[in-house]
Amino acid sequence: MSLKAFHLIFVTLLTALSFGCAAWAFQSGSLLWGAAAVLTGIFVMVYGVYFLRKLKHVSYL
Amino acid sequence: MEIPYTVQNRPDTGIYNAKLGIWLFLASEVMLFGGLFSAYVLLRVGADQGMWPHGWLNVTLGTVNTLLLALSAITTLLAWAACKVRDFGKFKLFHGCTILLALTFLGIKSYEYHDKLAHYEIALTNGKFADGHFVEQSKDFDLLKKTGTFTLHGHIVEDRRELMDLRSPEAQAAKHEEITIAAADIKKMGNYGPRHNTFTAIYFTLTGLHALHILGGTLVIFYFWGPGSRMWKTDPERFTNRIEVSGLFWHFVDLVWIFLFPVLYLT
Repeated sequence: MSLKAFHLIFVTLLTALSFGCAAWAFQSGSLLWGAAAVLTGIFVMVYGVYFLRKLKHVSYL
Repeated sequence: MEIPYTVQNRPDTGIYNAKLGIWLFLASEVMLFGGLFSAYVLLRVGADQGMWPHGWLNVTLGTVNTLLLALSAITTLLAWAACKVRDFGKFKLFHGCTILLALTFLGIKSYEYHDKLAHYEIALTNGKFADGHFVEQSKDFDLLKKTGTFTLHGHIVEDRRELMDLRSPEAQAAKHEEITIAAADIKKMGNYGPRHNTFTAIYFTLTGLHALHILGGTLVIFYFWGPGSRMWKTDPERFTNRIEVSGLFWHFVDLVWIFLFPVLYLT
């Protein structure tokens, strides 16, 4: 598995963590933290698409 | 003598040797951290009702550290991508950023450790508990001889269980002030170091081991950024592969933190 593939896994888990943190923050009553976590999750997803496009010629192996 | 398969893929594995080596190493790392995570789960489910701490760690600092490591994973990938397109200047820039982010992470972690080591829980002879951060102690303070005084900034509670959930409304409403306690009134005292309870023990073990990995990774990345980058002039493809291998290790360490953060800070 190349760094590209591992980075994709990392970005996926980071997205899950961001939305998980958002759920935790909303449950704790912290709307500001929750909104920031949602925005972070969206940003990470956008970054994920950007990085995949940028490295589309690099192997997953 | 030339080392085989440092650049070309080995026909039977389909990858170059260093990549196979790092994945075997990372497999052993998964077992190491997996065992410690299992220990955490068993300690937690085995804890007495109401005796597992909540809210003991600073979520803001943990979040900042998570963002720092996430950014460092990105800069590591960009450094490798820069090597792929033969842009050595950008490689230097991105790898330099990774080093700075890693050092900032370690600085924040050190601050968190210091905060825990300066935090004391004192069992008083009247059955109550004083809890707070160390302020000062008199020169003649001696717990065995029962002389002198110890001052901390915190509060006094009737039951030790009140110190367990710092997210509870009661804990949030507690008024913190400077408290000076005579040594004669102290039954037992200790800081929030690893031996304080099972939570601090597993917290320091997990995060300490992780911090050592960060430190080791930073040293390797620093080597490739500095003296090791001479290989770029003689064998850029092999150097690029080295950057990929160090990047794989770095991503693994970042991935461990992605699990550590919610488990330790948010639950």
